[in-house]
Formats: sequence, structure tokens, C-alpha cells
Amino acid sequence: MALHKVLGTETEYGIVVRGDPGFNPAVASSLVVNSYPGERVKVQWSYEEESPGRDARGFGHDTYGLIDPEGAVVNSVLSNGARLYVDHAHPEYSGPETYDPLEAALYDKAGEVVMHRAAVAASESAGRQVSLYKNNSDGKGNSYGAHENYLLSRETPFGDVIRYGLTFMVTRQIFTGAGKIGKENDRPDADFQITQRADFFEEEVGLETTLKRPIINTRDEPHGDPSQYRRLHVIIGDANLSEPQNFLKLGTTALMLAALEDGAIPDSLDLADPVEACWQVSHDLSLGRPLELDGGGTATALELQGRYLEWLSKYVEKELDEPVWRQLIAEWERTLTMLSTDPDKLSDTLDWVAKKRLLEGYVERDGLQWTNNKLRALDLQYHDVDPERGLYSRLARRGSMRRLFTDEEIAAAVSSPPTRTRAYFRGRCVSEFAGSLVAANWDSLVFDIGEAHLKRVPMMEPLRGDAALVGKLLDEAEDAADLLRRLEG
Amino acid sequence: MSDRERGQSEGRRQEETEEQRTDAVETDTDLDALDDLLDEIDEVLEENAEEFVKNYVQKGGQ
Repeated sequence: MALHKVLGTETEYGIVVRGDPGFNPAVASSLVVNSYPGERVKVQWSYEEESPGRDARGFGHDTYGLIDPEGAVVNSVLSNGARLYVDHAHPEYSGPETYDPLEAALYDKAGEVVMHRAAVAASESAGRQVSLYKNNSDGKGNSYGAHENYLLSRETPFGDVIRYGLTFMVTRQIFTGAGKIGKENDRPDADFQITQRADFFEEEVGLETTLKRPIINTRDEPHGDPSQYRRLHVIIGDANLSEPQNFLKLGTTALMLAALEDGAIPDSLDLADPVEACWQVSHDLSLGRPLELDGGGTATALELQGRYLEWLSKYVEKELDEPVWRQLIAEWERTLTMLSTDPDKLSDTLDWVAKKRLLEGYVERDGLQWTNNKLRALDLQYHDVDPERGLYSRLARRGSMRRLFTDEEIAAAVSSPPTRTRAYFRGRCVSEFAGSLVAANWDSLVFDIGEAHLKRVPMMEPLRGDAALVGKLLDEAEDAADLLRRLEG
Repeated sequence: MSDRERGQSEGRRQEETEEQRTDAVETDTDLDALDDLLDEIDEVLEENAEEFVKNYVQKGGQ
């Protein structure tokens, strides 16, 4: 049986300081992170367990002498178990480890609320409006990531992930895209395309995340016991605002990986050229473009996704017959059916279709060209996290986007951690022992309890530290020193 | 939450989703609704689109 697919998201947000076009994005991002008014602890993020330069294929990587630029900037851990920090020139929210894709989508949505609250507070202290955008491209050749993370067994050969993962990642774009006007990175011209990210992918496999981006990223940094686990770091997705779309993206990918580990994917469906196919799928609004297959013949992205759906429906019936996976299969089936019959009907489900509908409305009503700045502004504004300005939020409030979560559920996920992973322990410690918490990482917490040495609590098992295991202990502990005594006892 | 409670809560979400889907189809498929929507967006769209788009530059991302 495949390893349970613990998963989570990490999103870099676009940032603008209004009235100050020359703003320094690193400084502005630090201001945003420092201003967040919610429950959190500013900590040193300990790096001894992190090794972003380690390569899953087994050889090291030249960092060209660059010291990790994350090291010097502000970091905090939130009471929901997430990390809020500055990554390069963007504020980033890395959601807590979650138990299933529905929960992962919920905590990713909570990140938008966190970012909005941080932006409001930053604007107050700066005396200028700071705006944040949950998107992945500035339309000028610069992209920033929305990454997904999935727990894999160390026994899973990475070659299998590459072999079976490439076609899946390329073809899932038809339902993971957030939509974008135009093309970037020297790809062929397009009025509008399905994804924000596809134009930037130039390699099939590799360790890079900022240039020559690969479809399968080989970063081997498990954030857990390295003898047992891998973490697949997926960098090809778009940031999604639509709740069902995010659930679909995370759920189908987690399911695909579970089935892969169980040997339930009968064919790797190899594409002749996955890198070319990547942008071709994104540029094909007709969803009918045939992609060349490695063994000869062609198939559309939609047809290839249909094969995965067929295999994974059977896999769920046999191995994962739980409500969340049945819901996922139903959502997937509905989406593929509508994409093949009447894609416009998915304007309440997929960001790219919702955005395209708005843009086409303006093109028609006002007779605008696709290169018009008003349309480009609308494209960006769809992603503004401010619920008054953000066009996704406007659509959702009118009932034009399907929701999976209530506002109350999202508010609860901003302050409280998931209960079924180690994020529970981390989040509760932030709420209750903030004064003693001095450093954190995904797989450890470091406490200062007034003794000669700091005390480190390792958390190498992603599913240990959940409410069932440590809830009572946390309820009873009087202070951090008492907690550590009880943990040792 | 027990597995059973989770199952129920997810079932409820599914039902809510069904209702909202029906609403969205009813309110938004006709052109009047789209016009109405565009009118609402007109109110909040960036006033100086050209400057906003020009200044939206995001370097240093992954």
C-alpha cells in the first residue's frame, strides 16, 4: 500500500507598492511579513536539516558560490502551522502539512487571508498601499512559483516519478491553469493562454527552480527521515484562487503518485517532446491539439487525462474508498466531461475559464484588442488578495464561483492547525509557548527554557505530532519546560 | 472529528456545492448577468491601467 500522501503548498505572492514604482521588493516583502498581525512567532528558521541543493538523482549541484538568500531575512511560524517569510523578492506563505487534498486546498486558501491581513497592516505602517497578488507572472518574462509538495516513500525509484510524472504534469494543465494574456519567454504569440507558468518550462528534469525550469524538479529535501521519505517538489502548477480547482490539482496529483507507488499506472504514455507539449497544451484554447506520442501516433491532453481518470477511478474503488477520494474522482470526471463538451460552462470552477469569460466580455462590449492595457490590468487584478479589489473575490461573492469552504472554515484555518499531521504540534506550540520558541523548521522546533542549552524537538515523522498523539499532552503542559519534560518522559 | 463525522461534513459540502453550482448557472449564463458583472467590475478596475501594468514588475521569483 502506498505511503499516505501528506501534502502542502507554498506560494510566492506578487507585490506592488502603489505610488512608488521604484520600491525595493525585498524590503517591501519584509515589511509585509513583519506586519502580519495574526498569531505567530518570529523565529530563526534553522537550516541544518534543509538542503535545497541536494539532487534526487544522486549528484550534487553547483550553486555558483551563491549563499542561500533566504538565510538573512525574516521568518515566522503561524499558529496554523504555516511558515510566512520572505523568499527572494516575494512574501511567501508555505501552508502546513495536511492530511488530504481538501484540507490542503483549505489551508492554501487561508494563506490568501493571511496575506491580505499582512498587506493591510503593512500599508498602514508604510503610509502607502501595499497590494499582493496570488499569481505567477508579471507578463514581462518574470515568473514566481506556486509549488506543491507530496510525501513519497524513499523506496520509490525517482526514475519512475520522472517516467510516469512527465505526461501527467504536462496534461493536467488543462485544469490547473489560472489563465494569462499573451506569451512570454520567446514562445509563439497568443492572445490568451490556459496557464501562467507553461511558457517558462525549458527542461524535462532538473534541480533548478529560477531558470531553465524543469517539468519534474529533482530537489531532494524530504523534511523528514531521509531514510524513509522523499518529498516531491512540484513547480509546474499555477496558483489557484478557485477552491474546487485547487482541490482538483492537488487531489489528482496526490492520487497519481499513490497509484504510481502501488504500481497501478499501467502505461507512462510518453510524449515525444514534453517541453514542447508543455506550452502547446497551454496555448491550445480549443483543447483539441494532438500531441506527438513517443511510440508514434498522437493524443490530446484531454484524451490522456481521460486515461489517468480511468485508471485512478479503479484504483480508488479498490484501494482508497474514502469520501475525499470519491469526491475528487467526481470533480475530475465532471471537469473532463465539460472540457470536452462545453468548456465555457466551467467559468464557475476553473480560474482560466472564469478569467477568459471576463476578458471576452470586455473585448466584445468595448471592442478592445487583447493587447489593451485595460485587459492586462484586469488579468492582474483577478489575483489581488484584497476582497474588495480582487476580481476572483468579486465573482465568488456574487455566487459565480463554486466554493468548497465557508468563510468560517477558512477563518478557522487561519488560526488553527490541521489536526492529523505534525503541523498540529507546531501550531499549538506557537499558540501556547510562543515566548520559549526560538527556532523552527519543518522537522524540528527549538525551545529556550532558560537552561544553559537550547532544547531541540525533532519531528522527523510527518504524521506524528497530530492531535491524537500530543493533544492531551499539550492541554496539560503548564509551560514549555513542562512540555519538554512530558515529551521526554 | 471521527471518520464518520468527516464523511458527513464532506457530504454536506458536496450538497452546498451542488446548490451553488445551480445558482451560478442560473444567474450567469445569460448575457444580462455578464453585462451586470462587467458594470460591477468597471467600478473597481484600476483607474490608470497603463501605469499599473507598466509598474507591475516582479523579479527574483522561483
